[in-house]
Amino acid sequence: MSEELLRIEDLQVSFSTRRGMVEAVRGVTLSVGKGEMLGLVGESGSGKSVTGFATTRLLDAAGRVTGGRILFRGQDVTKLRGDDLRHLQGAAMSMIFQNPRAALNPIRAIGLQIADAILTHKRISKDAARAEALDLLRAVQIRDPEARMNAYPHELSGGMCQRVMIAIAISCNPALLIADEPTTGLDVTTQKVVMDLLADIAAARGMATILITHDLGLAARYCRRIAVMERGRIVEEASPRTLFSTPQHAYTRRLVAASPTATSRIEDLVTEEERERYATVVSKPRQEPAHGTPPLLEVRKLAKRFDQGSAAVADFSMTMAGGESVGLVGESGSGKSTTSRMICRLIDPSEGDIVFDGQSIGHVASRDFHRSRFRKDIQMVFQDPNESLNPRYTAFDCIAHPLMRLDGMCVGDALRKRVEECAERVGLPLDLLPRFPHQLSGGQKARVGIARAIACRPRLLVLDEPTAALDVSVQAVVLQLLDRLRRENDIALLFVSHDLNVVRMLCDRTIVLRNGGIVEQGESRALFDNPKTDYTRKLVEAIPHIETGAALAAAL
Amino acid sequence: MTTGLGATMVRAGRRLLSSLPALFGVLVFTFLLMRVLPGDPAVFFASGPNAGKEEIELIRKQMGLDKSVPEQLVFYLSDIGHGNLGRSMMTGQPVLKDLRERLPASLELTFTALLIALIAAVPLGVIAALRPGSVVDHGVRLFCALGVCVPTFVSGLLLIYVFYYLLGLAPDPTGRIDVFTSLPPQRTGFLSIDFLLAGDFEGWWAACKQLILPAVSMALFVIAPLARITRASMLVSLGSDFVRTARSVGLSWRKVVVTYALRNAILPVITIAGIVFSTMLGANVLVEKVFSWPGVASYALDALLSSDYAPVQGFVLLMASLFVLVNLVVDICYGIADPRVSIE
Repeated sequence: MSEELLRIEDLQVSFSTRRGMVEAVRGVTLSVGKGEMLGLVGESGSGKSVTGFATTRLLDAAGRVTGGRILFRGQDVTKLRGDDLRHLQGAAMSMIFQNPRAALNPIRAIGLQIADAILTHKRISKDAARAEALDLLRAVQIRDPEARMNAYPHELSGGMCQRVMIAIAISCNPALLIADEPTTGLDVTTQKVVMDLLADIAAARGMATILITHDLGLAARYCRRIAVMERGRIVEEASPRTLFSTPQHAYTRRLVAASPTATSRIEDLVTEEERERYATVVSKPRQEPAHGTPPLLEVRKLAKRFDQGSAAVADFSMTMAGGESVGLVGESGSGKSTTSRMICRLIDPSEGDIVFDGQSIGHVASRDFHRSRFRKDIQMVFQDPNESLNPRYTAFDCIAHPLMRLDGMCVGDALRKRVEECAERVGLPLDLLPRFPHQLSGGQKARVGIARAIACRPRLLVLDEPTAALDVSVQAVVLQLLDRLRRENDIALLFVSHDLNVVRMLCDRTIVLRNGGIVEQGESRALFDNPKTDYTRKLVEAIPHIETGAALAAAL
Repeated sequence: MTTGLGATMVRAGRRLLSSLPALFGVLVFTFLLMRVLPGDPAVFFASGPNAGKEEIELIRKQMGLDKSVPEQLVFYLSDIGHGNLGRSMMTGQPVLKDLRERLPASLELTFTALLIALIAAVPLGVIAALRPGSVVDHGVRLFCALGVCVPTFVSGLLLIYVFYYLLGLAPDPTGRIDVFTSLPPQRTGFLSIDFLLAGDFEGWWAACKQLILPAVSMALFVIAPLARITRASMLVSLGSDFVRTARSVGLSWRKVVVTYALRNAILPVITIAGIVFSTMLGANVLVEKVFSWPGVASYALDALLSSDYAPVQGFVLLMASLFVLVNLVVDICYGIADPRVSIE
């Protein structure tokens, strides 16, 4: 390894909360060489971000370093005070954050924000700082940088904001850059562009980088060395190749298994012991629908315009058979969520028709649709399991509510039985039913969301990015659950997602959307293996692959 | 940013237009309310307690009270349309003239009070937010609670007791200026400004001394909401991602707190300041009474007590229009302070 730049020794960080001290980082030891890119991978709560924040001294007031040292060029960062600290921050090490739009001051022009950072560490005139800021915008490849100098963050896309954030972070040529989930929440194509840019800049300027991410594939693509964290400890540290081919620690094995790849199947996502129940379902062959069965859902030339603007969705047609699973993919703004909401009858289409089970439902106003007899046949699972559950309803109430409203059930033993049966079907332990959402974990909340959606035994389930907010290991379990429900109950799934690997596993057919129109559609594996259009190819190539075996050996 | 300014003006104009129906509603509602309230103005304004029935009838006819309520409303509205707010029975003057004479006094008092309140509340809120849960934070909270708990007339009387009676620092609480000072030529109606324009610094000092106690007692009452909202939004701002970004590149403490946190935190304070200002204008009647301040609110109260319809209706219309105007100003300020607003 090259000369050592940062050395973290037995770092311990605790947070004081209402329930006492919580140990977030429990003895992390790490080192980063000059110009090296290190991946720090773990699921939420593993302490990877806290490690980053402790290094840059940005822990919030509740967090405290309780032990260990962080040596940056031989100097213990945890003991720095006042001006010494300020000279370190920004000038010697800087940070890039998740959610770039929130990380920029919303009411200050971006040129000024970059200049602020420059002026803090260099004694130059404001005009000179402005000129440097302009150069930085060019360096991060922002188009028309002169005009963008006066732009505000809300006028830029998420990818653009992240470039500005990179410009701020590299403004004083720091030796160490810590990127905390820099591309989470960005489209795959944007993610690739931003990450390539970041890697190029770091290489060109000789900056060491710590890439903190939950995405093993992303870390494998850009880092030579990856450290895996679990519950405040580093459980394994290795090159991507060893990590994927021969993971040593049980947690790494689970993580590697759960990360969807181009070739993985849903049944591969979890380890042996969790697989049993699922395997029995998969082994049963699916009953092909009798020839000539009318489609369950038929969408004809659907269009949606908001406020006389250009169409968000135009000329969208598709059919779905009962029990079929169809993926709807595209970048943000492609109209996939709008389409799924129209099909769910949550918003009204401007044109076109939706035929469900032979009956036209496209013209029933969305605010009256709850009275339609098809409401309980079409149910939805929403993206954010935290936001989509009523915080004042217990898990039981959440699942019981649609049964009472749509199935006309009353409080009593029958209702309790149905709710418990739903909970069982989604694998939610019954003793969790009296709990409120804030007392449940992300995966449990996702299960409640799915149980609520299947409570009335729908025939079509529309899922809008149901696993986007979940950790990969939880996502793996939820995906298996969805696939099992589909096979057991013959529920058709319309799966909206930006994660192509997930769609490829779960869906029989895939529809690729762009700017509100269908670009390509077809049988999932064929579509992903041999994309016919450039756009689909770009999407597929942008996914960080976890290359195993030969491919990886060739790459290194 | 010409486009931003243009968009703000368009928004302002639209806002003004959309407030017209509300103003009309206020007009009609006040009119009807006054007719429903007990008390017969004709009896009140008759020559004495033993005035004859004919005299009362005559006055009623003069005042147009013998006609039906809808008819009266039509007459009233057409008068308003001609810019005539009626005549006050108390002062014998047109209401418009009365209000024009008294409004500057109220506005001067309210503006000064709001200024004092903001100058006190914003730093208090910021200090409290910088050290949440500390002694300073609790001190600010206590001070704010006291300010809200003590009614303005009590705090006004206390201030008079201490600064006029005990210390003798303040002049007698008898209006905007003592009787011996000659008034400056009227330009803005704000005495402190008119004196300055006339170059009369002695008079200006006299006017300011009269102004300071009532303004402070009003300000005490509104410091609490302003300081609390500053504290709350400052806390959000300080905990936000962009302040963390500012800290991550090592910006100075001052820059982080003032340029990054406070400028964002001040946005909701602008909104609240507008609401506080409108409330103060109408609610400062107690202060006006305690300090014998010749403002519109005490004028309206007197009129209400003597069933003098026209001034009350004029007053309510004035307040409603001011409310609309203040909101408009707040809206424009907000549009300038926050670049995100103009795109909506």
